[in-house]
Order: sequence, then structure tokens, then C-alpha cells
Amino acid sequence: MAEYQNIFTRIQVHGDPDPGVPLKDTIYERTKASINYWFGKIGDAQVGPFYLGWLGLTSILFGFAAFEIIGINMLASVNWDPIEFVRQLPWLALEPPAAKYGLGLPPLNEGGWWLLAGFFLTISILLWWLRMYRRARALGMGTHVAWAFAAAIWLYLVLGFIRPLFIGSWAEAVPFGIFPHLDWTAAFSIRYGNLFYNPFHMLSIAFLYGSALLFAMHGATILATDRYGAHREIEQIVDRGTASERGALFWRWTMGFNASMESIHRWAWWFAVLCPLTGGIGILLTGTVVDNWYLWGVEHGLAPAYPTSWEPISDPSMGGQ
Amino acid sequence: MNNFTRMALAIVTATTLVACGERPPIDSEQVGYRGTAMGTLSNPRLPQADNSMPPALPPVSADGPRAGDIYQNVQVLGDLSIGEFTRTMTAITQWVAPEQGCNYCHNAQNLADDSLYTKVVSRRMLQMTQHINQEWDAHVGGAGVNCYTCHRGNNVPEYIWFKPDAPKTAAQMGNLYGQNLASETAAYSSLPGDPMTRFLMGGYDDISVVGKTASAKYEVNTIKETEWTYALMMHMSDSLGVNCTFCHNSRAFASWEQSPPQRATAWHGIRMVSGLNTEYLDPLQPVYPDNRLGPTGDAPKAFCATCHQGQNKPLGGADMVSAYPKSMGGEDN
Repeated sequence: MAEYQNIFTRIQVHGDPDPGVPLKDTIYERTKASINYWFGKIGDAQVGPFYLGWLGLTSILFGFAAFEIIGINMLASVNWDPIEFVRQLPWLALEPPAAKYGLGLPPLNEGGWWLLAGFFLTISILLWWLRMYRRARALGMGTHVAWAFAAAIWLYLVLGFIRPLFIGSWAEAVPFGIFPHLDWTAAFSIRYGNLFYNPFHMLSIAFLYGSALLFAMHGATILATDRYGAHREIEQIVDRGTASERGALFWRWTMGFNASMESIHRWAWWFAVLCPLTGGIGILLTGTVVDNWYLWGVEHGLAPAYPTSWEPISDPSMGGQ
Repeated sequence: MNNFTRMALAIVTATTLVACGERPPIDSEQVGYRGTAMGTLSNPRLPQADNSMPPALPPVSADGPRAGDIYQNVQVLGDLSIGEFTRTMTAITQWVAPEQGCNYCHNAQNLADDSLYTKVVSRRMLQMTQHINQEWDAHVGGAGVNCYTCHRGNNVPEYIWFKPDAPKTAAQMGNLYGQNLASETAAYSSLPGDPMTRFLMGGYDDISVVGKTASAKYEVNTIKETEWTYALMMHMSDSLGVNCTFCHNSRAFASWEQSPPQRATAWHGIRMVSGLNTEYLDPLQPVYPDNRLGPTGDAPKAFCATCHQGQNKPLGGADMVSAYPKSMGGEDN
């Protein structure tokens, strides 16, 4: 048992690869499965069977098209110089069109490529969502993974499609690029008077950090009670054993109540899903309903006034000093 | 020490080394109300440049004949006494051309001759210096400027800017929109690389981008425009060696009511440097030889770093005008 108490699995025991449960309604044959020693170090050693299907295939093709449009534009922006491409890669971007084009179709090199890449990427993501949904159904599973993924897609669509649509300009959308999308994020907050005063941003952060906290609490609880069989946590949902009883008592001792072996997973799922759901609402309200979240916060009693430790000044353009 | 501890230690050490170009601790001084994050940050271990004003030359008599009556072609400093005129020329030589001496600007055979471009430029620079000291008390008040503020013993100030050449890109792909390359001006962000042409050549009214009312008016100052302002602010922050909260209360960047007074000084500074660029520096373009011009053939221009050079008060706020009150325009000629 002690040999397993590490992030690395030090002893790997396995038989032949498991082909999975027999299924009736699959169109394509699944690939063969194999055993990979190094994957076994950090998880299950079995690789595959992999199911691509037409949804997966088209998703990858559209995703590849988007990736290529972005990458080749980045390469073009450094005049096809591979060394500059590597040096500048974190800074490079494919920018959305200028505001003057509104929701119209700009020339390719003035945002047209961005629209095209965004379109292909969105198609790719939506196809991948369908794939998640259909594979879950094919296995007779619930569709929780697909709906969690949909929450992330909601935020993606708000940022790149729905909010620009409401404001009437593709220029409002996020550039494709590593640092550029971060600079965009900072500029977004500043432009709209500090996103920290946006209540939905607050909720989103609470769910983000809450997710990490819940994951840590749950992971720690299971590891700590593993010696009593908590690694069979799914069985213990219906057949509670001493592991879940000790874990539950630990939390009742320390914070008064506990999640159950089942409900902790619902807690975690909802926290994770609500992070992009609330965040997307907050983004969608920004610039469409609220133009300055700080001023909104002042109007709604959210942003207190603090004393300043200097002589107050006023806007010099309004005659102040 | 077991494997886990060793690994954790290695990860923490590596992360610290990679993440921090400057090792902690960074000095932090609280400047505002508690809990509002109003603090100034500085790294006490950064190498400090020699930021001291050279000692003033010994004073001389202001009496006697005027320079303009004795010498020919004295267009700006003609009202100085001969002694004060010579003292000023000596000081300027120390500040701007300590190695080349008088002949950097003057034809040794005929000091009145305007054939060297450097002489024409320095005359205009003297007028500019006087203009700053007379008209821009709101920005330079208390210290003033002289040639050394920017030149620091160099013929050409170390920190100047030109309009950048459009980067070479392919014909129908790779439009960078003036940003998305590592930008030295914008503190190595991917923000626009030339906010100066946009804002420091008369366009300063477009700097303000933050929404002025709580509810949306669909008056679109786009996020793209915000990035241009952001780039200028990064340049200011970098040039002055300060963080945002030196001038802004970062809870509400636009709010003047909560801003430290430095923001008003900076506001005037933006207008000042814009005026200097459009009235004094850019029009000198025809005077310069090609090797002094930028990649697109424009004249060298000023921005915040030109004087500040990493300090929130250039040369530590040293008095730069009292020792040469007339020649630098500290009092009316």
C-alpha cells in the first residue's frame, strides 16, 4: 500500500488492455488499445481504444484550420522569419477587425482572418461538444461532462461572439495570442471602470477559488481515508464504509457538517460550472448595460469612499489643478 | 529529507528563479488609506545611475556690455552680460558636448557662423528650455530644466523616440495593428509600440478612455483604444520608475477625486511634451543630417523618459535653473 502513496505510481500491475464494454450502436470500429509504461507512471497505463468518429474528425479538421490561420498569420507578421517567430511568439497575435468595420466583413488582412479563424474554432469546439455528448450517451453515461464543457463554451462565445454582437462590433472581441489576450483582459477591466466591482465577476472568482478549495478538500479527504478503502469512493456512495464515515466525521469535527460521498461531486461540478456561467454574465453586462463598474458600485452602495492622505485634486481639463 | 520534500523545494526554488527577474524583497511604501493598495514599490538593489546635477559654474557679474552688442548673430542670449554669456556657453559645452568642446556647434574660424546644424539646433533647444521654464511651471515647477536634464553629457539625449518603420509583414497576412510585438516603449508588453505619435503629437485628448457614467451609452471607446492609452501609461510608469498608484488610485483609474496630486503634474507633462514635439522638435527635421533622423525620416522627439530617465523627478528634483536664471529662462530676458 505504501508504494502507492506518491504522485508517481511505482508499481504497475496490469493484464491485457481492456477493450471496453460491448456497444451496439457505434458506427465505427474503435482503435486497438495498448499499454504505455510512462502513462502508467501518472495514471492508467492503458492508451486507447480511441474513438474518433465523424464528429471528432471534423472537429479536429476545423480546429486545425483555425490553428493554422492563427499560426500562419503570426508567422507572416514577422515576415516569415522562423527565429523571430520563436522569439516573439508570446507577443504575436491575430487581431479582430477595427471598430470601423462594425459587424461587417472586413478585408482578410484587416480582421478577415480573425473572423475566419474564430468561425472555424467555434465550429470545431461545437463539434467537439457534440462528440462529448454523443460518446457519453453511447456509453449509457449521464451528460455531465458535456454540460460542464458547455459552461466554458458559453464564456468563450460571450467574449468572442455574443457580446461583440450586442455592441455591434467585432473589434470588441479578444485577439488570438498569448500576451495579447492578457493585455486585452487588463484593458477590458480598465476601460469599464474596474471589473472587480462587477458582482458577477465576484461570483465567478468565488466559484473559481471555491473550485480549487473543494478539489483540495475532496482530494485530501479521499487520500487521507484511502487506508480504510476510500479509493473505492464510488462504491462507498451506496455502501458507506469506515473510510467515508471517518472522512465525514473529520469534517463534522472541524467545520460542523460534511458533504456526502455523492454530494461532494455535485458541489465540485456546480462550483466549476458556475465559474464560467457567472463570469460570462458579467462580461455580457459590461459595455452593454454597465459602462463603468466602479461608478455602478458607488451608485449601488458597493464601493465605499475612503479618505485620501493628500490634498484632493480635480480634473485639470475641467479647470481643476 | 524525503523525495517529496526535495521535489517540493526544487519546484519552489525553480519557480522563484524563473518568475522573478528581480529578486525579492521589493520595498513598499504605503501612501494612501489602509486597505486601498495605495503603495509605491521600488527595488533597492537596482543599479542607480549617476543622477546628480554637475555643480554650477562660479557666478559672474551681470553688469557690463550685453553679449548681443559685442558678438554677432546672438539671437537668443543677446541680453546677457558678456561674462554670463561666456559662462552659459561653457556650461552648455559641459552638459552637451564635453568631449568635442565649442567646435561641436561652432565654426572655429567664425563663431557667429550658422553653418553647423548643431548650432541651429542648439539655438532652438535654448528657446525650448526657456519656454519650458516660463510656461510650464505646472509640470516643472520648483526644479525647472536645463540642457543637462535631458542631455546628461551626451550630444544626443539617450532617451528619444522616432516614428517606427512599419514592420515588414507579408502582403495579405500578419497585420499587427501597430502592436503585438515585444514593445520596449510599453514595458515589454504586447501593447501598441508607438503611443507617442498618437498621443504626444497633439492627440492627447484621446487618452481618456474609461466610461464616464455607470450605465452604458454605447459611446464606444473600444478596448483597442484602451490598449493605446495603456501603452502610453506603461511608458510613463517605466520612464518614471513608478507603479500605477503613483498617479492613480487603481480602484478607479479615471477618478480625479481620488488620484494623488502627481496625476495633475503628469497631465500637464503630457501636454507639455506634446507641445515641445509639435512646436520645437519635429519642425527641426529639415535641419538635421540624415544620420540624426529616424527610420521614416522624422526628427528625434521627446517623451517622458527623455527627462525622467527612471526617476519620478529628473535628477532627483535638483534645481536646474537658479544658477542660470536668465539664460535658461527662469526669469524674463
